[in-house]
Amino acid sequence: MKKYLRIIWLAIVLLFIYIPILVLAVYSFSEATVVGANMGGFSFENYINLFKNEELRNMILGTILLAFVCACISTVLATCGAIGTFYSKKLPKTLINTANQIPVVNADIVTGFSICILLIVMLRISKDTYIPLGIGHVVLTTPFVYLSILPKLKQMDNSLYEAALDLGATPAQALFKVVLPQLIPGILSGFMLAVTLSLDDYFVTTYTKPSTFDTISTYVVNATKGSQTEVKTALWALSTLIFLIVIVVVLLMNVMSSRKKEAKREKI
Amino acid sequence: MKGLRFNRKHLCIPYAVFLVLFVIAPLFVIVYYAFTNGQGHFTFDNFVNFFTSTKTLGTLLYSFAVAIVTTAVCLVIAYPTAYILARSKMKKKYVLLLLFILPMWINFTLRITALKEVLSVLEGNISVYPFLNSVIGMTYDFLPFMILPLYTSLQKLDNSLLEAASDLGANKATVFLRVTLPLSVPGIISGITMVLLPSMTNYVVLDMLYNNTYIMGSLIGSYFSAYDWNNGSLISLVLLIIIFIVTLVTNRFSDKDANNKGAIL
Repeated sequence: MKKYLRIIWLAIVLLFIYIPILVLAVYSFSEATVVGANMGGFSFENYINLFKNEELRNMILGTILLAFVCACISTVLATCGAIGTFYSKKLPKTLINTANQIPVVNADIVTGFSICILLIVMLRISKDTYIPLGIGHVVLTTPFVYLSILPKLKQMDNSLYEAALDLGATPAQALFKVVLPQLIPGILSGFMLAVTLSLDDYFVTTYTKPSTFDTISTYVVNATKGSQTEVKTALWALSTLIFLIVIVVVLLMNVMSSRKKEAKREKI
Repeated sequence: MKGLRFNRKHLCIPYAVFLVLFVIAPLFVIVYYAFTNGQGHFTFDNFVNFFTSTKTLGTLLYSFAVAIVTTAVCLVIAYPTAYILARSKMKKKYVLLLLFILPMWINFTLRITALKEVLSVLEGNISVYPFLNSVIGMTYDFLPFMILPLYTSLQKLDNSLLEAASDLGANKATVFLRVTLPLSVPGIISGITMVLLPSMTNYVVLDMLYNNTYIMGSLIGSYFSAYDWNNGSLISLVLLIIIFIVTLVTNRFSDKDANNKGAIL
């Protein structure tokens, strides 16, 4: 009996989480323009519109491009920063770790607004240069990449670096060929985290973006205020697509990581 | 050897400079703008206006109300969920966990759009229940961020402690209240910080649900649209102070827990 109660509880929570997404998914394949209305016939119209409408296509590509470019910058910055800080003395280490914590605990809206004030209002850098937007996203993501690399540095076997030096490697070679490969898992998961944070961001983007540029978040928010039905239903299609992509990616990552674990076990 | 160590340390300089320029400097700029007026003269006006206007004070209290109720609702939903998942003896329970935290990776504006459509069907005119819808919207947005830390801390729980407690005569309720619950405090605290602050500031959720109520974030949003940098900065400063206090309080909790763990070991 108790077991049933548990399953029922989990099912209720899952329904709360997934009913809206699934309802939207079902309606995205219909001719209806309002959820709850008669669905009409089955149709791919919304999906076709999503790729035919140039504004929507540019917005999606822009969002993805921004996320990847910023994730690359923040990954390089955070990797160098984490390695450098790891070998620094206590005082600079504490200072950098504390400063790194600021954007993590700070509200996104304050991060975005303060960067807007500094760069756009005070230094008068034009929004249209994309510089404030880029810097904003890098500020938002780098601390998280830094935090995902740090544990890997702590786990690292330091004697390998010393051994590389003893065997005649230059410090730079030792760093690239011995230290860096050990950090790869942390760097990769940091990179993925940076991409997802940038894709999901609304506040930093609104306060720093050029007025002609939109990411998915800012576009969707504007679209809910507008009354363009075609755009509205195309966004249902987008939502469904993203949902499917997320499921596939998460499942793949898990299959891969559990395979790796099994492979390791077999080796042992 | 000395020259080479120097070399490695240099790698942190770009990031240190970046942090000073784009993380620390903006905070000082916020403070400067909060205490000046449009002409750049030093003034306490923004500060005094904030704490004397019923509109802004009301907004502050209302955001606290929304944030606290949202956090409580998230906790009430997430704790049993995380508990059941973490204690389950299923082999692949992390797959089940993934189902619960999957929405984290879907853009929140799209998820809120979906919620809005469903709420419109259920409630008819959704602007009639602003407080209820704020809480539902925020809970929908932030629930995964509460489940994950709770699951992590409950998952680490040492089963032998629970067995020891029941061997020593504690009934199930006592075991939960005196062993499980205290040991999951770090998870509860980090879940609370993940939900409390965003639900004071994420005004987009309210906007998208056709809500005309204001929370702290909405104030920044409206000052931003009105090019009122000074008052906007003041609101940011107030939020920063709240965040600082919350961080201090939560750090204290987690430190205490670290000591406790040391004692157990």
